[in-house]
Amino acid sequence: MIPELGHFALVVALALALAQSAFSFVGAATGRRALMGTSRSIATGQFVFVAGAFAALAYSFVTSDFSVVNVVQHSNSKLPWYYRFAATWGSHEGSMLLWTLMLAIWTFAVAAFSRHLPERLVTRVIGVMGLVSVGFLLFILLTSDPFERLIPAAAEGQDLNPLLQDPGMVAHPPMLYTGYVGFSVAFAFAIAALLEGRFDAAWARWSRPWTTAAWCFLTVGIMMGSIWAYYELGWGGWWFWDPVENASFMPWLAGTALIHSLAVTEKRGTFRAWTVLLAIVAFSLSLVGTFLVRSGVLTSVHAFATDPRRGIFILLFLVLVIGSSLALFAWRAPRVGLGSSFAPVSRESMLLANNVLLAVALAAVMLGTLYPLFLDALHLGKISVGPPYFDAVFFPLMAPAVFLMAIGPVASWKHAALPDMWMRMRWAFGIAIVTAFLLPFVLGRWSPLVAFGLWLGLWVVAATIAQVWQRLSSAPQRGFAARVRAQSLSWYGMHCAHLGIAVFIFGVTIVEGYATERDLRMAPGEHTAIAGYDFEFKGTHELPGPNYTAVQGDFDVRRVGSSDVFLELHPQKRTYAASGQTQTEASIDPGLTRDLYVSLGEPVEGDAWGVRVYYKPFVDWIWGGCALMALGGFLALCDRRYRLKRAASVPAGAAAARP
Amino acid sequence: MKPRTRRALWIVGGLAALGVATALVLNAFQSNLVFFFTPTQVADHEAPHGRSFRIGGLVEQGSLVHEKDALTVRFRVTDTAKTIPVVYSGILPDLFKEGKGVVAQGSIGPDGVFHATQVLAKHDENYMPPEAAEALRKAGHPIDRTAFAGQGGKP
Repeated sequence: MIPELGHFALVVALALALAQSAFSFVGAATGRRALMGTSRSIATGQFVFVAGAFAALAYSFVTSDFSVVNVVQHSNSKLPWYYRFAATWGSHEGSMLLWTLMLAIWTFAVAAFSRHLPERLVTRVIGVMGLVSVGFLLFILLTSDPFERLIPAAAEGQDLNPLLQDPGMVAHPPMLYTGYVGFSVAFAFAIAALLEGRFDAAWARWSRPWTTAAWCFLTVGIMMGSIWAYYELGWGGWWFWDPVENASFMPWLAGTALIHSLAVTEKRGTFRAWTVLLAIVAFSLSLVGTFLVRSGVLTSVHAFATDPRRGIFILLFLVLVIGSSLALFAWRAPRVGLGSSFAPVSRESMLLANNVLLAVALAAVMLGTLYPLFLDALHLGKISVGPPYFDAVFFPLMAPAVFLMAIGPVASWKHAALPDMWMRMRWAFGIAIVTAFLLPFVLGRWSPLVAFGLWLGLWVVAATIAQVWQRLSSAPQRGFAARVRAQSLSWYGMHCAHLGIAVFIFGVTIVEGYATERDLRMAPGEHTAIAGYDFEFKGTHELPGPNYTAVQGDFDVRRVGSSDVFLELHPQKRTYAASGQTQTEASIDPGLTRDLYVSLGEPVEGDAWGVRVYYKPFVDWIWGGCALMALGGFLALCDRRYRLKRAASVPAGAAAARP
Repeated sequence: MKPRTRRALWIVGGLAALGVATALVLNAFQSNLVFFFTPTQVADHEAPHGRSFRIGGLVEQGSLVHEKDALTVRFRVTDTAKTIPVVYSGILPDLFKEGKGVVAQGSIGPDGVFHATQVLAKHDENYMPPEAAEALRKAGHPIDRTAFAGQGGKP
């Protein structure tokens, strides 16, 4: 009964989504207030019904209703309840429903929090989001019904993939999807602006907080995925340039470019066409990313052909969304106008460089991710593009972007004077160079790459400190506290996110430069010492779990030269009952300056095991940096200028920016 | 300098920078492509010498040997027509099993043994790595479609 209700709720939601877009567009085009007024309530209704459908599916999973095919294939009654709940989005069908739910939530949020914006614009935004929702609901109902029944019901489920039985599964996909789908708001604002022919600074200010919010969620989502891969895949890598990761990273790159280009559009009225294009690109990449990961194309292009309906629907939908929005852009862009001019050295030009570099990096990542798929689809052979390609391309492109990021905020809009910037930044520059030269000696071994990475990070930190100090000391207010309070939250947010990049760079540089990794064979009683830590393998014993049995290894860790055991590590090798799959669970002792990482390979002979023992200095800074970036975005989001009512927010320079 | 000349210079400079970036990207791309070969192709000497490539197929039953005192393993990869001996030093992934699909990356030595630097097993019990499935298909033993049922790789 409950699954049928869920299915029915989806049908109602589809009808509401159709009504939502039809009423919105007709209302906005004819200017009939009565029609426009319905868009908010219909969007709310659609949200309620999609949420109902999702709740029905979640209920089927949590109560282990094995008369539903989806539940049989991805759950098991022995799973702990939170993994049964998370299994709701463990399948293709379920994750599509989660996507649609996120879309409905964002639409509802737009309807609720944009009452101070012009009604026609908001109505069009809601209409565009309704259209996207129609596409997804049709896709679910026609090709990926999550509520399909199995008659007669199965006695037991086939279990969730052991890789997914992890706290990461509970948090990572919803967070990532919130980010992905959040770009639909920026996209809808861009399409609405194209329809209206209105691209002023006010428009940029309205769509900015939504874009920043989506970007924050995506940042946190990617960060969680990286942490998860680090401890769950059992070999201590934090980024693999895997197509699945690239699929989430490409929208992030586009989104990062977008939030910077939106800043220019808001402050100076420039980059308008580019901003609109980026909004379209960011959302298109989110769509491509979702489908790449969830449709099975990546595991095999030809597996895709096993269900041609899905493939054709997806391709049609992508062509329709991307094609029609680009066509609309081509048609309307000439009306967007160019905005005011700027000098070769100015904040605009630096943000332009940032955007160009991010766009080139995005294109390079896309080439490496999609090219093998195209070759394979055309039967031209199977190839793969190795991580060295991405490393070789991505880091050289990002280094100048990071360098400019440190000084960009010092440059004035329109025209900046290089001598003045040099005077303000010379101390930061000098200190960064000297410290970066000396620091590798302290860390153990001098290498040019490490020194360069440290220099980039230190340069950002020093330049940021200098800027914050100069800004605060020259502020007109009396007293330090008053000066701190007088600065806008978005200014703090920007510096916080930029510091996040620096922290991230420190983490990457040090862990890539100084990590010690040792794969070896250990028998009980044997020792191995790395990076000043002595690991003793005590042996293994069996340990039952809720739906698996584990072989647990016991390791004592001492500092070299000391006899005190200060740490015990217990990596596991789990064998899951339902599927018979084995899964390695690494044991990690995290720390601010280093992680100690032990994982079990396989039994070699007798009681001896293959063992991985890793020393990972500063690896947690990688994710700390990501968290700082997201925090910076969140601070910017809380800036009070986004909460001002329309009457109070007469856009500065908007008159000049109007086409 | 006239503003127009200056703008033209900027545009030329920008295009040149973009051109250099594109050249670097394509060069890195070219030198990092890893091609895939089936055991039959390797046995027919179609695979390149001295360059890294991937082979895929099934781990032959009973071929897995752990060497003493080290983490070196030897096994044979088969596409049911030809088999290629593989040597790998390191920890095998969780899903590596005899009779199951496998993809290995490395290069072929003068002794005809494939020296793997990486053994990939991005698949679950039901799922065959696409390359391995391709190798079997080419050798005339297509595997059951249900073997594609699972979803492999990172979530």
